[in-house]
Amino acid sequence: MTLKIVASQCTSCSACEPECPNVAIFEKNGTFVIDPKKCTECIGHFDVPQCAAVCPVDDTCVIDNAYPRYQPTA
Amino acid sequence: MHASTQHETTEAAVADKLAEALQAKAEHQGCGTSGGSGKASCGSSAGQGDLPTEIWEKVKNHPCYSEEAHHHYARMHVAVAPACNIQCNYCNRKYDCANESRPGVVSEKLTPQQAAKKVLAVASTIPQMTVLGIAGPGDPLANPEKTFQTFELINRTAPDIKLCLSTNGLALPDHVDTIAGFNVDHVTITINMVDPEVGAKIYPWVFWKHKRYTGYEAAKLLTDRQMLGLEMLTERGILCKVNSVMIPGINDKHLVEVNRAVKSRGAFLHNIMPLISAPEHGTVFGLNGQRGPTAQELKALQDSCEGEMNMMRHCRQCRADAVGLLGEDRSAEFTTDKIMAMEVNYDLDSRKAYQALVEEERVAKVAAKQEEMEALAGEQSDIKLLVAVATKGSGLINEHFGHAKEFQVWELSTGGAKFVGHRRVDLYCQGGYGEEDSLETIIRAINDCHAVFVAKIGGCPKADLVKAGIEPVDGFAHEFIEKSAITWFKEYLNKVKTGEIVHAERGDAEIRQGALTNAA
Repeated sequence: MTLKIVASQCTSCSACEPECPNVAIFEKNGTFVIDPKKCTECIGHFDVPQCAAVCPVDDTCVIDNAYPRYQPTA
Repeated sequence: MHASTQHETTEAAVADKLAEALQAKAEHQGCGTSGGSGKASCGSSAGQGDLPTEIWEKVKNHPCYSEEAHHHYARMHVAVAPACNIQCNYCNRKYDCANESRPGVVSEKLTPQQAAKKVLAVASTIPQMTVLGIAGPGDPLANPEKTFQTFELINRTAPDIKLCLSTNGLALPDHVDTIAGFNVDHVTITINMVDPEVGAKIYPWVFWKHKRYTGYEAAKLLTDRQMLGLEMLTERGILCKVNSVMIPGINDKHLVEVNRAVKSRGAFLHNIMPLISAPEHGTVFGLNGQRGPTAQELKALQDSCEGEMNMMRHCRQCRADAVGLLGEDRSAEFTTDKIMAMEVNYDLDSRKAYQALVEEERVAKVAAKQEEMEALAGEQSDIKLLVAVATKGSGLINEHFGHAKEFQVWELSTGGAKFVGHRRVDLYCQGGYGEEDSLETIIRAINDCHAVFVAKIGGCPKADLVKAGIEPVDGFAHEFIEKSAITWFKEYLNKVKTGEIVHAERGDAEIRQGALTNAA
């Protein structure tokens, strides 16, 4: 799995972008998006996904069920 | 610090052109920014009062740090810092309306390059613009690269402009040395509590070192960092203003303690502001019905905190992209589209010449007040009352009653005239106030005043004001506020003495929230 940003709720504040340990977040058409290929749900980096922890709007950085669960290589 | 690496070619071209035009002046150090002794070009010490010269030099043309200066000098904010590291119950970043004036709201975000261009454009158009602040819309220190790159660019191109920033303090201790390195003289910290129990009711969470903290723990962390940051700044001689939001029932009584705590750590100025909490702003406090204070409640708290420390009473709780004198918003003249199309000719000499004129104006104003104060000497009375004044600035009664978007409120006593606040009366963004009841709105906003001073007023509103017990005074049109108010007050005392009128206390007034519109 990966996280996704609910575009309709994103305030475009950019707080998540520098927090992402995988540099998976970038700005696109005025809001921020997560590259599902890079997102690791912060597994191996932090206890909780950083984008969700810093996001000012509840339920905006959420698990994207369209992708299979992230498998840590270890 | 961080040199700009890549930005659009158009922006680069503009920046190059600017750099060229400014080369000759790049060496100049603006007056006041370095502290030290007064320079001739900086004009007189009008309004200095009992402030030490080095402090007066820092505040005398900063509209937020000197009440006296705010009648003459303008500021601007650039919205380069959208991210925030804490959540406050009085803030909701989701809603933005061009007609809304409150902290945390902006119409567009800027890159540091766009911000630098905007500063030059505004400084060339408004020569009395002396201060550039970064106040969000998030927290400047939660966006340190953008904030400091903006400072860096402005230091290079417009070195006479004072830099300041306004922060929640969480990240402050990490950046104090960088702030000092940019010769930032003024830092504002928003401190709403020093007791985490109180803080837990204001802050749902803070994000620190990769972790979200909530409740007591979050507030404890925040207050510890704020106090440490404040101490570190004052140790370095940086002037600190503390902003506090007055939230009745939550921190209103506690703010006296906050005042003591920040005073003992060397804060220069305390600004207690009323909570803005309209439901349509979508904040937690707006939605749960938390009310803001009345005018009387706010003034009573400000009065009780006034001691060795200055209280700021002229704050307009402006937007994070405000431009102009406090109380006016010219940001719509300087949208990114407009500034990119502007021919900017940043002429330091003409700015200095203009500011010299402003200084003359200030000296005249202070002299006029002095004269009247002497006339008041000898008068003895316990009467203390408030009057409202319609003004466009420069310390003059120069606004038509019907055109006023706000009224200044002055407290008159035999001790003189003291500025104690302002009341907004412009039409509310969300509507509901038609033409007919706008007068009623004004009366509610200045209901605690005995008189209202205006440059001009129509017959109808005049009669209604008299009926409401507020005397409309248009006999001092285009004269100095303080001098006129004192003259009027002397006459008032005389009339009371001779029995012509009976002095009565006035009621409370309403603090209006929301829009500071550009529409006339």
